[in-house]
Amino acid sequence: MSRIGEYSQVAPPGTVDIVERLAARVRGRRFLHVSGGRLGGGSAATLRAAIPILDDLGIDTRWEITGGDVAYYATARALQAALEGGERVLTEAGLEHYLAMNRVNVRRLDLDADLVLVHDVQPVSLVEARAGGRWIWRCHFDCSGAQHGAWSFLRPLVERFDAAIFSLPQYAHRLGVPAYVVAPSLDPLSDKHRDLGPREMQAALASLRVAPDKPLLLQVGPFTPGYDPLGVVNAYRIVKTHHDVRLVLAGTAEGDHESREILANLREAAQQDPDIVVLELPADAYVQINALQRAAAIVLQKSVQEGFDLGPAEAMWKGKPVIGGATAGNAQQILHDVTGYIVRSVEGAAFRIRHLLNNREQIPRMGAAGREHARRAFLLTRHLLDYLALMVHLAP
Amino acid sequence: MRATTHPFVFTGCVELREALDVHALDERELLDRLREAPADSIFFHTHGYFLRHRPFTTAWGNDFARWAAVELHDPVLGERLAVVDPFAFPALDGLREELVTIVDRHVRDLGAVVRLPWGRGFHFQQSHVVEVPLGVQATTLREFRDALSTVDASAIYLHMVDARARRGRGAGDFAEWLRAALGRPALAEQVGRIDAYLTTLERVRGRLLDLVDAVLEEDGE
Repeated sequence: MSRIGEYSQVAPPGTVDIVERLAARVRGRRFLHVSGGRLGGGSAATLRAAIPILDDLGIDTRWEITGGDVAYYATARALQAALEGGERVLTEAGLEHYLAMNRVNVRRLDLDADLVLVHDVQPVSLVEARAGGRWIWRCHFDCSGAQHGAWSFLRPLVERFDAAIFSLPQYAHRLGVPAYVVAPSLDPLSDKHRDLGPREMQAALASLRVAPDKPLLLQVGPFTPGYDPLGVVNAYRIVKTHHDVRLVLAGTAEGDHESREILANLREAAQQDPDIVVLELPADAYVQINALQRAAAIVLQKSVQEGFDLGPAEAMWKGKPVIGGATAGNAQQILHDVTGYIVRSVEGAAFRIRHLLNNREQIPRMGAAGREHARRAFLLTRHLLDYLALMVHLAP
Repeated sequence: MRATTHPFVFTGCVELREALDVHALDERELLDRLREAPADSIFFHTHGYFLRHRPFTTAWGNDFARWAAVELHDPVLGERLAVVDPFAFPALDGLREELVTIVDRHVRDLGAVVRLPWGRGFHFQQSHVVEVPLGVQATTLREFRDALSTVDASAIYLHMVDARARRGRGAGDFAEWLRAALGRPALAEQVGRIDAYLTTLERVRGRLLDLVDAVLEEDGE
């Protein structure tokens, strides 16, 4: 069976056929991705899954990585943070060094392709050396509130591309080139999202010491203010006075002082209440996160900070209702009152959890609607359609 | 069984979305932007709603109504916009005029309006529809019925919705083929009258199949 054929059982009916037919129209074309690294989740995980499939479909797909010295990475990180709206000091010397290092990358990398997709900030200035093919900048973050200085530096570079792609229309900044909209996706056959058998589930939960003996409320996400894990604990406490539930907070702590303080508060709460479980997991604990999401009764994504985190879609794919904070990314994923609820406060989250626990027949109904919504809108197969449609549209 | 030398060729589609630099953060800005947005964007947020929301029958019927009700917390405007049936307008300019008239009348009675933060604003988009021939064609009503029951739902959208509203084929591709190529004017008229408003593409497929099945039964097929 072809790689794409393996998705026939999970993708919407007819989707794999359309992927194959679109691919046939651009067979033999050269499709190049350029990013700052191959590791981690998010866009890198999507590329690791998509590239072998596209290659198998007859599209000559490659992935190049930019690199440099410590100062180069530091400037690229600071530039991206400033484009995301953070206050950063960007020096002329630092930016000049970043451009110089990317000129070295141009000499080192093979950038010859019919369609070149440049991901995020680190490789963006490679466009200065574009020769043939169509070039697109793929921005995976919200740059609508970029710091003025950072945007002034980036904009002339972005406008040398033929187009840009953003995850949501409101994440785009004013540009003189077309801005396409492509949402992120999840790979339903990866360890994080594939079906798990009962034994595998049991083993994964046992390894985390999470007993599935009472309804689990779950939030997966970093222990940072943007994900409001302390707000989740407070919502749980309101619910706990009426329902015997267990709260699991699974994620990673960032190195900054604020995150460490949040983690300390969460650990203190867990010490006082054995039904609060705080799990610090490595970034590649895919099967464990999969098992937790499948074991949960209700999944929370109480984000208070913008950004397109796929947590709601991941939980919906496992058939769970999701209660999420009112961010644009959550609103795009959660269909309010159909696949879950959008809430704007701790009390709102507690109210919706109680509502679902008191009307339990709604949990599987919402979960089933969520799975179908995720199947249509957030699987890798939809992302492949977007890539192929882009190729047909821009590099026929 | 009547056959035609002009087969119906089923074509699916993929929608490539494009963000426009056109945004509204309150009712009055929505009115201004509705007047100036490209016709393709009006199409995207009204007719296109049915392609993006196909697994569900959602309450609002178009993106403008949903935004007014859910984000602006203006249920009256939401209801007034939701009742607009995009399929009732033979041309997009007429649909735009109807939307503008509703919002214009509504804002006249409003006092101060609340401006939303950027992230919750209405951000206009349009789409490029990439057509994908599905390799399925029909020369008889039976073949048409069999193909219709299995093709990707995007084909229903392209032949029933996009053909009518964006490509000016008043009754849609199916009705046109049934009438002109297969000589079935009565069935063509019934198909052309199918109301796609506030439903899903799968339900439209079901209604089409019901109509075709009834004719096949009359024919003794």
